Amino acid sequence: MEMLSLLADGFATSLSPLNLAIVILGVTAGLFIGAMPGLGSVNGVAIVLPLTFIVPPSSAIILLAAIYYGAMYGGAVSSVLLGIPGASTAVATTFDGRPMAQRGKAGLALIAAAVASFVGGTISVVLFTIFAVPLADLALAFGPAEEFALVLLAFTTFVGLGGDDILKTIIMICLGLVLSTVGLDLISGQPRLIFGDLPGFYSGISFLVLAIGVYGVGEVLHTIETSKSAPQVTPAKLTFREFGDGLRQMNRLWKTMSVGSFLGFFVGMLPAAGATPASLMAYGIAKTTSKRPETFGTGNIEGVAAPETANNAASTGSLLPMLTLGIPGSPTTALLLGGMVMWGLMPGPMLFIEQPDFVWGLISSLYTANFAAVAINIALIPLFVWALRMPFTVLCAMVLVLCIVGGFAPSQKMHDVWLIAGFGVAGYLLRKADYPLAPLVLALVLGPLMEKSFRQTLIAEQGNLLAFVERPLSGTFIALAALFFVLPLLKHVRGKEKKQVVTPAE
Amino acid sequence: MFHSFTRRTGLAIAATALAAMAAMPAAAADWKPQKPIEMVIMAGQGGGADRLARLFQSIIQKENLASMPVLPVNKGGGSGAEALRYLSDNAGEAHKIMATLNSYYTTPIRNDIGVDIEEFTPIARMALDTFVLWVNADSDIQTLDEWVAAVKDAGGTWKMGGTGTGQEDSLVTAMLEDTFDLDITYVPFKGGGDVAKNLVGGHIDSTVNNPSEQMGFYNAGKSRPLVAFTPERLAAFPDVPTASEMGYDLVYWMQRSFVGPKEMPAEAVAYYTEMFEKLSQTEEWQTYTADKALMADFLTGDELQAYFLEERAKHAEILNSMGEGSS
Amino acid sequence: MLTADRVIALSIVGLSVYFMLHALALPIGWEGSTGGPGGGAFPFWLSLVMALCAGGILLRSVQAPRENSEAPFFDPDTVRAVAAVAVALAVTIALIPLAGAYVAIILFLIWYLRVFGRHSWTLTLILTASTPVFLFLFFEVTLKILLPKGWTEPLFLPLYATFF
Repeated sequence: MEMLSLLADGFATSLSPLNLAIVILGVTAGLFIGAMPGLGSVNGVAIVLPLTFIVPPSSAIILLAAIYYGAMYGGAVSSVLLGIPGASTAVATTFDGRPMAQRGKAGLALIAAAVASFVGGTISVVLFTIFAVPLADLALAFGPAEEFALVLLAFTTFVGLGGDDILKTIIMICLGLVLSTVGLDLISGQPRLIFGDLPGFYSGISFLVLAIGVYGVGEVLHTIETSKSAPQVTPAKLTFREFGDGLRQMNRLWKTMSVGSFLGFFVGMLPAAGATPASLMAYGIAKTTSKRPETFGTGNIEGVAAPETANNAASTGSLLPMLTLGIPGSPTTALLLGGMVMWGLMPGPMLFIEQPDFVWGLISSLYTANFAAVAINIALIPLFVWALRMPFTVLCAMVLVLCIVGGFAPSQKMHDVWLIAGFGVAGYLLRKADYPLAPLVLALVLGPLMEKSFRQTLIAEQGNLLAFVERPLSGTFIALAALFFVLPLLKHVRGKEKKQVVTPAE
Repeated sequence: MFHSFTRRTGLAIAATALAAMAAMPAAAADWKPQKPIEMVIMAGQGGGADRLARLFQSIIQKENLASMPVLPVNKGGGSGAEALRYLSDNAGEAHKIMATLNSYYTTPIRNDIGVDIEEFTPIARMALDTFVLWVNADSDIQTLDEWVAAVKDAGGTWKMGGTGTGQEDSLVTAMLEDTFDLDITYVPFKGGGDVAKNLVGGHIDSTVNNPSEQMGFYNAGKSRPLVAFTPERLAAFPDVPTASEMGYDLVYWMQRSFVGPKEMPAEAVAYYTEMFEKLSQTEEWQTYTADKALMADFLTGDELQAYFLEERAKHAEILNSMGEGSS
Repeated sequence: MLTADRVIALSIVGLSVYFMLHALALPIGWEGSTGGPGGGAFPFWLSLVMALCAGGILLRSVQAPRENSEAPFFDPDTVRAVAAVAVALAVTIALIPLAGAYVAIILFLIWYLRVFGRHSWTLTLILTASTPVFLFLFFEVTLKILLPKGWTEPLFLPLYATFF
């Protein structure tokens, strides 16, 4: 019960009027930063970090947590409204969120995303509160072999993502993986695929550049084409009835959201894996276990809820190795870690013992930030939906401007803006020729993780390929991956049989 | 000792600045940045170099050391090749400075990127970071000799974790291999923190880490320092011997400095030099260096340039012996 | 549709070969010394798979043309509209390092809203005037991310002095 009294002390600080005001400010700022294509929690945390010297440390943590959560919620907004994932963690949200928006259900999709994020965030904070210290050892047991097996598991969610044409899906996966190798080969330290020694390629091709290109610019070009024949405004509006309806629908998704939360927390906790594989796996599980998997990808609310619970849960989970081991799992947690060092705190195994005030203040502020984020997010949904009612020619112009500026902002290189334009045109043509784009983008995200962990394991094990299956954890993941790969195929075959039986009865 | 040294250097700089000003129009008398200062970081977000650069940014902002905000920009691609190319494309620019580490020398040696660091304007060296050899605390190895014996027994399967071929720790590993005639399997990871975690998790056998990267695990009793690659024992680990006191010539530093582009205006150089000198005297910086076993060794101007060139020659030699140099 | 499908598949084959040539700079085989694949292996073999699949698509289009393959890939109106926007985007990006992001974006918005979208001057001017202000306040003042200014740099010095 010592834990509860410590938590209560934490709440006493995080609920003071000053800190509440900071939470609201931070969440709102984070929400808008996250909703901007190209910007995410990294940018939000990076700008307030120097400010944290000015306010007292306890308020500083709260501000950082609020921005972090706000940006995670905001990422879903641009995925749904514009179809541009603001971060790799929000790619899976576009699969069903975007079709919902196109059918005039943007409000519903946003409510689903907000509620799911809240559930994921809350469950994971509770898990964090109880298990933070013992779970640190699990994160340590994760070596390169386990990392590879986990990424492989995430890859199995690609099965069925690509539609019917298997050749085109394979091409897109390979293209994404090849693009992910551009830059520096980590193992030999040599540059590769830098195409005529362009310095812009030295740092590789970032996920944001590809995503803003194919989903932002590509989508605009596609919209121009479709709106030529039928100039219309997206019929987006949100009434109170729809709002209540949304909450009722979410109520039925408890199972999906619980799975997503636990999965998100545990996968997010592993350094280097993080929120993207978690959100993909949650989507894959929801689809595989669904009674109507064929509705996924066409605007199923469950397809929004699953990845959103998982990515928010993962963002809490990724704080765990940062606090208990001092290992940042993502650029954002790396910045948070830097902030803690500046305040004279030493993250690592001793932090929970030496600095209980800080740790519990942070945990309680996660609860507060989560509540504030869901409330503010829902309050702002009508504003977001209103933005969709702009005529296409205005909306597209604004999106293109945001693509240019948002593409420039993270790296501050014009090189990336050119790439965005190039990827935009290529993505538009590929999409028109029925090439699936999601596998391309996801392969780019997962590719570096996969290649790195694969080669690290082989170097460490002197080229022994069996190392991947011999180790218990990685062996289990690989078995699961095989299962996930086979299961949808079996279902597909069985579904066909059923159809054949049903058809004559009609 | 450092203080008198610093002051002398500062005076020298001021004198050069005065001389330069005499030749300049009067308007340049007290130069101040007119727009935000871009601090280019030679490494990606979240690494040790990045964190240190952001610490500098925060101290500058808190202590109001600059009249315009300092904005960190990461250009870590190609082991800093991206940042070096960027700086060399911005000759004469007064609002761009670069935070460097040892890839400042090694990257142009290893790959021909068309950059000569001699052309850049040295501003200030803030600190020297140290390297220590670590093993997991569960291991039986207590001394350097036992470590050498264990590596020899492993017959080429000894796994040393590091941050990438050509990076600082891989050079130390190569020096160890050379000195003791060892055969080590070097496994590259994404960053120092990742390396430290894999050591404690038992996925690799030993590492050469900066103390700041292992400090958390060391305090929790999960990792053990064997030997420091410094001339004198580190204050943070008074019981850990140095390689030099054991009779091996193994000393290696990581420098943390700031440079400006080629032909940076002299008055801007003077401004930044003064800014960093004030920074080096702040309490935050002094606490940080003490906690992290960093040597705060402030150096500026021509002496810094001489240091850079000397280090570059040393690194070329080490890289050549590893068979890593280009051309 | 059929021609477009073939052209795209052929370009993918070309792209794969281009990637493979670049990947050859590093070892592409199994490295005995490090116990794993070399640095060029991943890009090389994946590009090869890509080329083979694209070849498969070409083959398929020859053997069994799909239904509705006669429908045109583009209608002339679409080509004109999409190409116009793509060119405008390219011109804007090319202009950014020279005339600065703000000038380029203002020109782009005027073209898009007034000429391409045929909106009223009132709407065009309101949006064209407010977007740069929003961008400046959001990106530069709040997020401290500087956008390129090009020749317009001197005009911004007083603004920096005011806001920072």
